[in-house]
Amino acid sequence: MRRVNKNERVRIALALNGRKLAAAAEPRTLLSDFIRQNLGSTGTHVGCEHGICGACTVLIDGVAARSCLTLAVQAEGREVKTVESLAAPDGTLNPLQAAFRANHALQCGFCTPGILMSFTDYLARNPHPSSAEIREVLSGHLCRCTGYAGIVKAVEEVASSAPAKAGKGDHASEAKHGGRGV
Amino acid sequence: MSGQLGKPMLRKEDPALLSGRGRYADDLPVAVGTLHAHVIRSPHAHAAIVRIDAAAALAHDGVWAVITGEDVRKLSDPFLAPVKAPVRQWSLAVERVRYVGEPVVLVVAESRYVAEDAAELVQIDYEPLAAVIDPVAACQADAPILHPEAGTNEVSVRDFSYGDPQGAFARADRRIAMTVPFHRLSFTPIECYVVVAAHNAAEGSYDALANFQGPFSMHPVMARALRVPGPKLRLRIPPDSGGSFGIKLSVFPFVVLMALAAKITGRPVKWVEDRIEHLLAASSGPNRVTRIEAAVNNNGRVLALKLDQLEDYGAFLRAPMPGPLYRMHGAVTGAYDIAHVEVKNRVVLTNKMPASLIRGFGGPQLYLALERLMHRIAVELKLDPLDVMRRNLVPAQKFPYHAAAGALYDSGDYARAVEKTIGDGRLADLKRRRDAARQAGRLYGIGFAAVVEPAMSNMGYLSTLMTAAAREKAGPKSGAVSMATVNIDPLGAVTVTADVTVQGQSHETVLAQIVAQELGLKPDDIEVVLEMDTAKDQWSIAAGTYSSRFASGTAVAAHIAAVQMRDKLKTIAAKQLNVLPGDVELAGGKIRSRSNPDNALPFGRVAGTSHWSPMLLPESMAPALSETGVWSPQELEAPSRDDRINTSLTYGFIFDMCGIEIDPVTYQVRVDRYVSMHDAGRIMNPTIAEGQIRGAFAQGIAAALYEEFSYNEEGAFLSGTFADYLVPTVSEIPEVEILHMESPSPFTPLGAKGLAEGNCMSTPACIANAIADALAVRDVVLPATPRRIHELMQHNEK
Repeated sequence: MRRVNKNERVRIALALNGRKLAAAAEPRTLLSDFIRQNLGSTGTHVGCEHGICGACTVLIDGVAARSCLTLAVQAEGREVKTVESLAAPDGTLNPLQAAFRANHALQCGFCTPGILMSFTDYLARNPHPSSAEIREVLSGHLCRCTGYAGIVKAVEEVASSAPAKAGKGDHASEAKHGGRGV
Repeated sequence: MSGQLGKPMLRKEDPALLSGRGRYADDLPVAVGTLHAHVIRSPHAHAAIVRIDAAAALAHDGVWAVITGEDVRKLSDPFLAPVKAPVRQWSLAVERVRYVGEPVVLVVAESRYVAEDAAELVQIDYEPLAAVIDPVAACQADAPILHPEAGTNEVSVRDFSYGDPQGAFARADRRIAMTVPFHRLSFTPIECYVVVAAHNAAEGSYDALANFQGPFSMHPVMARALRVPGPKLRLRIPPDSGGSFGIKLSVFPFVVLMALAAKITGRPVKWVEDRIEHLLAASSGPNRVTRIEAAVNNNGRVLALKLDQLEDYGAFLRAPMPGPLYRMHGAVTGAYDIAHVEVKNRVVLTNKMPASLIRGFGGPQLYLALERLMHRIAVELKLDPLDVMRRNLVPAQKFPYHAAAGALYDSGDYARAVEKTIGDGRLADLKRRRDAARQAGRLYGIGFAAVVEPAMSNMGYLSTLMTAAAREKAGPKSGAVSMATVNIDPLGAVTVTADVTVQGQSHETVLAQIVAQELGLKPDDIEVVLEMDTAKDQWSIAAGTYSSRFASGTAVAAHIAAVQMRDKLKTIAAKQLNVLPGDVELAGGKIRSRSNPDNALPFGRVAGTSHWSPMLLPESMAPALSETGVWSPQELEAPSRDDRINTSLTYGFIFDMCGIEIDPVTYQVRVDRYVSMHDAGRIMNPTIAEGQIRGAFAQGIAAALYEEFSYNEEGAFLSGTFADYLVPTVSEIPEVEILHMESPSPFTPLGAKGLAEGNCMSTPACIANAIADALAVRDVVLPATPRRIHELMQHNEK
């Protein structure tokens, strides 16, 4: 395990949305701050800094995590994906984003990036969730504008149009998913 | 016309917001060398500041300044406030602290992390004073006084009388009274406050960026505090803001504080509020205790009302407070035709965070009292609550209706709205569910609420708190100006700017629809640019996004601007097409002859004429480059000599009906079925209307069942995290069935009214009535948490 001195700035390297990036930061720097302030990707938002609102959710090696409860040094050498990774390079929205738009699942849009990242992870493991399962995942996020109805509808729409052959998530990824408050 | 308005469309805002390309305040670049601030806050509800020792913090590496209330007092003036009581507030506490979380010291350093490290080295000695938290206790003679210069905590008291309330009370069969408290809460936008401020010493000017929401009547308040003329304070609002719900008005003291920090350090200063700070001290709706009494006949007809409204604004009364107490004033009789009214409005200060704007803005407090009273009248007279409400509703033939306290209700048919809501078997279904539940021994209740939803505030309403004589001396205040501008670029592309701040209400989409409709273009052809800059944009004190002013204010201004531009383009095209202007139409991206559509020019060709070839314009015509629509409705008159005030321009109507069941084991309230009927005049975009209603409904549920800022008796704050302050998740928000009818407003060319606050006003009252019905109790305190329900069931008083 890499050891770092708390009083020294250290070089932290990770892959952000497929691009290898590095910057110097204090070991106590939060991953949310590191992504936004050191790496310059401001799509990830910080809403509470105590792990409840979910706005800062990113994928670390494909698994949804609160970037405000993660130190940047913990993401060293790992692959971090944020909301900026979802649309095609020409700006075309992916099916989840497009469903959010079609179902008026956002108003101010501040909580939206975290919600998109949680469902990006979840739908990859469980492409056909029930409405109750969607609500359970969504209950790890706070949205103050929409009353949530449009968000549930958007995810249901994506789930119902996902290819039928992909079944429920396998056990390995369920286990990997365990213990996090998505 | 291409008929864009009234249709759903995909939002123009969404592609950027869905791909992480939003531009919120904390996302925008700052100047190299920008410093970062951290606020040290009071741990005491009430205490004298004895000594502040900043030496160790100042010696810390990377620290630029440690700023105290004494520094702020030297460099700035106290904030102006509408109530002329000697209650002075600066952007940091001076001499004493009056609530937990009050800003005391600002530490400015090279990074936020360093500023927070240094903050731990600042030593502040306090001498605790007795605190008062309860508004009723704060009015008593032996209460600790927050502002000794004022000599009292009850800093404003006014009595109003309309019609002949005394005669009506003497004449009525019965008097029925209740005391109804409303609690403190916020709707906690997920983005907290952000300010970046710079000072230009050579010009003596400030440049500040903040996620401020308006009203821009606060701009002169900030400029005066900074001791500069308005133009020396350039205030910019970013293109995106992460929700507001009224709360982001109260970022204004921090705009002043960071501006002063920039002046002191000579560097731009940035501050991003964190969530703990936000819950502790950002803003709250005011809590209120209402004593309400009806003079009523045995058939349920209400002849007169008496209200004593004691509103608690916390430690300071900041502009534009006491807005919530007066915003509803003209409409204090709600949906009912009651000619005789007596109102006592009292403003009290306590050792809690200052209260300010919040979605619903005075409506939730008023309607909880009024609608609980209507329900209580039915119980006491052994009548059906719905019959009592219907007997008193303003009759359809009386519109436009002059309410007793001065509101001019523009349009509506309240009785029909009620019939449509209960129709199609909806009420029968609720009753069936209730009867089945009660037969099985379960606790089930039905509630109703009728609410008049005002929109676009009269800027003069707050002056109702002064006597007529004082108003005359100060000069009358009235009206509300809205502005929007349509611009044409050299190739005929259209952009729109407007006097709103963006917080998620889809203004970009709706403004594009409004302008596209008049110019014969598609909404996607229109660029809407809504970041605000007080130095370059057109604005009045009414600008901003609050009190549902968009639909009956800025939307109308945009319509006017588009019509002005359309008519100019018609005149220009008539000359080029060699037809009369009356024969020109704009449609499908073309400007053409109505009688001979083949005689047509592309929109861009005609629109570009004013850039490339102004000599081609008809004689004496000003170029058609930029048209500003200014909307200043005449109905928003100043308060009359007898204190009648038309507080808002348009008045929508909501009728809510619900069934709830109480779990006998967990004491949780479960909403079984909820129906909400809205008459908001003409609907401009049904998708967005539904989104606004669902959002307000969720906040109404939050206020009814979950959210509360709580303090103990000493004033310690007990709800400082999202684990203590319960924001509903998807699991807590029940389904709501939304119904619409449309009674267009005759007072605006678009006929549209506000609709985004109504359920914040109606839902708490509707749920409270259903709980009272389920438990057969008289008093229901919100939020109706399991603990409170349990208490009610223990002391069932009937």
